Amino acid sequence: MIDPEMEFFLDPSRCIGCKACFHACAECETHRGVSMIHLDYVDREESVQTVPVVCMHCEDPACAAACPADAIKKTADGVVQSALQSRCIGCSNCVLACPFGVPRTIEAIDQMMKCDLCYDRTSAGKRPMCVTVCPSGALAYGPRREIERLRRERPVSRFEFGEETVRTKVRLMLPGAAEEAEMDVAALMAGEERR
Amino acid sequence: MSAVPGPIEALVGRYGPTLNHAPAGGWAEGGEPDRLVKTHCCFCGVQCGIQLKVRKDAVVGFEPWEDFPVNRGMLCPKGVKRYLQGSHPDRLLAPLVRTDSGFREAGWDEALRRVEEGIRSVQSKHGRDAFAVLSGASLTNEKAYLMGKFARVALKTRNVDYNGRLCMVSAGAANRKAFGIDRAANPWSDIPLARCLILAGANVGECFPVLTDYVWRARDRGASIVVIDPRITPIARTADLVLPVRPGRDSALLNGLLHVCIERGWIDEAFIEAHTNGFEEVRRAVAAYTPARTAGITGVPAASIERAAELWGTASTGMLLHARGIEHHTKGVENCLAAINLALATGKIGRPGCGYATITGQGNGQGGREHGQRCNQLPSGRDVDDPADRRLVAERWGVPEEEIPRSGLASTEMMEAIHRGEIRGLLSICFNPLVSLPDADYTRAALEKLEFFGVIDVFLSETARHADVVLAGSLQEEDEGTVTTAEGRVVRIRKAVNPPGRARADWEIVCDLARRFAPWEKFPYACPEDLFRELRTVSRGGTVDYYGITYEKIERSHGVFWPCPDLEHPGTPRLYEGGRFHHPDGRARFHAVEYRPPAEDVDAEYPVILTSGRVVSQYLSGTQTRRIGPLVDQYPEPLVELHPALARTVGVRTGDRVRVVSRRGELTLGCQVTKTIRPDTVFIPYHWPDRRSANLLTIRALDPVSKIPEFKVCAVRVEKAPGPGPEASSLRSGACGLGPSP
Repeated sequence: MIDPEMEFFLDPSRCIGCKACFHACAECETHRGVSMIHLDYVDREESVQTVPVVCMHCEDPACAAACPADAIKKTADGVVQSALQSRCIGCSNCVLACPFGVPRTIEAIDQMMKCDLCYDRTSAGKRPMCVTVCPSGALAYGPRREIERLRRERPVSRFEFGEETVRTKVRLMLPGAAEEAEMDVAALMAGEERR
Repeated sequence: MSAVPGPIEALVGRYGPTLNHAPAGGWAEGGEPDRLVKTHCCFCGVQCGIQLKVRKDAVVGFEPWEDFPVNRGMLCPKGVKRYLQGSHPDRLLAPLVRTDSGFREAGWDEALRRVEEGIRSVQSKHGRDAFAVLSGASLTNEKAYLMGKFARVALKTRNVDYNGRLCMVSAGAANRKAFGIDRAANPWSDIPLARCLILAGANVGECFPVLTDYVWRARDRGASIVVIDPRITPIARTADLVLPVRPGRDSALLNGLLHVCIERGWIDEAFIEAHTNGFEEVRRAVAAYTPARTAGITGVPAASIERAAELWGTASTGMLLHARGIEHHTKGVENCLAAINLALATGKIGRPGCGYATITGQGNGQGGREHGQRCNQLPSGRDVDDPADRRLVAERWGVPEEEIPRSGLASTEMMEAIHRGEIRGLLSICFNPLVSLPDADYTRAALEKLEFFGVIDVFLSETARHADVVLAGSLQEEDEGTVTTAEGRVVRIRKAVNPPGRARADWEIVCDLARRFAPWEKFPYACPEDLFRELRTVSRGGTVDYYGITYEKIERSHGVFWPCPDLEHPGTPRLYEGGRFHHPDGRARFHAVEYRPPAEDVDAEYPVILTSGRVVSQYLSGTQTRRIGPLVDQYPEPLVELHPALARTVGVRTGDRVRVVSRRGELTLGCQVTKTIRPDTVFIPYHWPDRRSANLLTIRALDPVSKIPEFKVCAVRVEKAPGPGPEASSLRSGACGLGPSP
């Protein structure tokens, strides 16, 4: 069991795009050589902003609901697991259903795979591999009150997709107050101070 | 005659760069490792703690080392994937000897004999100094010490220098001038205690990723972050204030900040009076750097200059950190001195959360510059031309003082000496000058002129292709030793595996060579710790005092900060406490700096500034990291970064090819249009060779004191290039620098 006190926090505002998480994920004994993390530039022409995405581990996972083979299970401690190898038929329904774009169909094995919150590590009291190596704190793991005490950003776990509300186990850190940052050097040269 | 034997494509086919994607035995061979070895990453001056997974005498992966206090398990992608360099198909498994069409494997006796003969031939015909030794700042302290002693005692040449000449020498010279000691003033643990951080020319997120966590922790506690950079780098993206300085104008900008601090009364007169000399000259010098004039020189708005000065000047604590961005200039030392002036004048030094540091870029950037492999330096930072220092080292080495050669040429000057015919032979270790020195075609021509060229390396680097003999050496994980991190902490490097095949530990190779030129008792070492014991003894009583540091003590305390003068001493994490500096009078020195323009400014013919630097997935000249598949996949080829405003003028969009032309050469690369760079500047990362080499364009202009090249400013012209030809590019051709760009 994962310690219920320990939660996963995702803070893109801290991400430096180094991909240490992406590479470390591929070292896992359960999916060697394949990373379960997505990390992309939002728009490199505009900014160096990058966003890492792990499975958000939804309370009511759309991937599991869309699976015709009942291959995607949630553990008692709230971790949505990778598809069961014996059941997954590689149909990619989950890939299409996930509102966060997390699951992938791995062509070589014709199966879905995704982040399982490093269950082998977290259920043994360790931090997930990506969090452990992340050099910027964009990925964090710990008690929520501790994060709230240390950081200015607020953890959010409710997402509105049109009329659908999705609640997740993983929390996204958002700025405490609305912010707008200038991303164009030419504007900085013209004297517009960053807020 | 050292032209490359045969076509480069054939050498690439045989010796790489080949992209290694999987550990020894492949991904299928999983399971528990035989053991975990606690050691450090081999890339960058942060020297993160890491545990290497070892199975069947091969490093097959890593596990975070969460107890090591500096990085607490954190790593960057280079650290995560570094293990892929070990059991690599390109690895040299035996010495190589040049043939008419390439290289053949040779035995150690033959290879060492050929190197000995090469050295003797050059020295007997042209004098001892005609043979030079090039060394590196990614070597352990033990090897750095050995290389200096090898050159001076065995070969008796004055010409020994290292690739740190391309890295942190400007800051080192400024440190010694201002403080009388060359080390970061504070441990990194002081960063979160600062209320204001100025990061000047330091791409922290890409070059020292783990320090990002320290910067963000400072911000979490309310610190303001000011970044000085012509690009919005990842650390600058969310900074409170970015000063987008025009490349080559840093000394003016730093003078401008000090000007405002003085005008507004944000300086610490009591500190200046009690602990420093020379402030009045600085006060007079910066009087002319009003915000308006500074803005005119630097391209930074006057309001931003005033705001930055206010954030720094009014903060109760502050740290000023810089890196190559202000150091790679013909006024690199002056830029650093201007930064030091700002820290000293505001009294922000020698206290918790107050300090100044260069963030050294190489694995042993700190230790590599301390132990006597520099052209003007004996071990422990001692001066090779100072009579007292010479006597002391001569006595501890057991050689006559007059036999120790005087100061020689910097590595950046050696290429010119080769062109002049003064240097005819070279032995190089841990250095790939063909990729890393400016004006690459000039370096290539120099290598082709050598009568003898020997190389010690683990891979056949682009430079090593020119060698007569290549001695197959060791990776960091194949030997014991120590390195000194960028914060001045001496840490232990552990041997995880043996060198593969017939490759040998670097220090054994160098000792074998040394004993062919000097009596055995001058090089009696049986293990790296023997070298460390001698290094400690030689350093005793000097500024760079390691005497109280032992392997056992390092392991017990997660590293020891020098100076550490005796065995009971706990080490010195923070320098200058109580305002005590290391000049004989205990006071720091101000140095007045007048701004002067870069060696080559833009003009009508070459109207754009070129600046170069790193990307997060590559390290230095890429000898190691261009062979690690996942790192190459992350950023396969260098791209020219340019602002949309410039892109419109040139007529290109992201993905188009652009031709960049300087007075030295030209290259054609794909481009990335982005608003994160000044419109008057283009950026190209420098890790690639041959037709991908940014250093085909850079200028061979040196700082007169530090001899560092001006990598950060030269003038170029940017043109749209015709689209890619029918021959498609591949990742492989990108890593080796050949083939057309995409």
